[in-house]
Amino acid sequence: MSNSLDSYLVLSGLLFAVGVFGFLARRNAISMLMSIELMVNAVNLSILAFGAFVAPLRTHAAVIALLVIAVAAAEATVGLAIVIAIFRNKKTPLVDEYDSMRE
Amino acid sequence: MPIGDSIPWTGIRWDDILFVALAAVLLVSAVLVVTLRDIIRCGLALIVSFASLAGIYALLGDPLVAAAQVLVYIGAISVLILFAIMMTQTKNAPTRLVFQTQTLFAGVAAAVIAGVITVTVLATTWPAVGSRLVTATSDVAHKLFGDYVLPFEVVSVLLTAAVVGAVYLARRESARSGEDRP
Repeated sequence: MSNSLDSYLVLSGLLFAVGVFGFLARRNAISMLMSIELMVNAVNLSILAFGAFVAPLRTHAAVIALLVIAVAAAEATVGLAIVIAIFRNKKTPLVDEYDSMRE
Repeated sequence: MPIGDSIPWTGIRWDDILFVALAAVLLVSAVLVVTLRDIIRCGLALIVSFASLAGIYALLGDPLVAAAQVLVYIGAISVLILFAIMMTQTKNAPTRLVFQTQTLFAGVAAAVIAGVITVTVLATTWPAVGSRLVTATSDVAHKLFGDYVLPFEVVSVLLTAAVVGAVYLARRESARSGEDRP
């Protein structure tokens, strides 16, 4: 089981689906950011699985995964800063109360 | 004494047991991240899922990426998320309604995505070799500072810009506009 590409890809797909559910269903903005991190990790897992099982992609996959980790760190930094900035103005972390653009 | 490749008398390989255990921990903690009511516990479950994912990376033969996962995700991003949770906790925040009204549709969408990905993966014949290939760290270093040196530099500029932007965004309003507020 640990020697087949399919099991890693299915695991990555399930993790991505869990992240999609969390992103669509949670009300808290930080929960949504955590779900985004889960989705980024799922994509990273699939990249590394391809790299481990397909010989021409071997070192490329590890390098791309490292770059994805760095970009995800930048994304988390900016996302959390935006959430904190909105929280300063609105005094709530719940995204369904961010409705000032609607009026 | 070196232990064998598989468990004696049963023929179950150690790698399979490790994979199943890590995958189970990963999926359970990921589901806890998106379903728990207390958001601090969501953050702690997120750390568990990052750690099990680092184990899966090591199992896949990428020790460098596993180390980077532990350093960056568990060491930096989780701490950042936990601090953001602590800064946005309010006493009168509703703790009961953690889900939007569209939870049912979100569940349907997630189930559809999981089903589509699973069917696609199982129906496709990948050009894969039968066993995992261990990626040597020196090969990754040669690739990273050879072919991928331009993306590497761009990522460093991006990280600097992201940190500066985050500091600017999260700064207090009074400090940004220069006026004194109580």
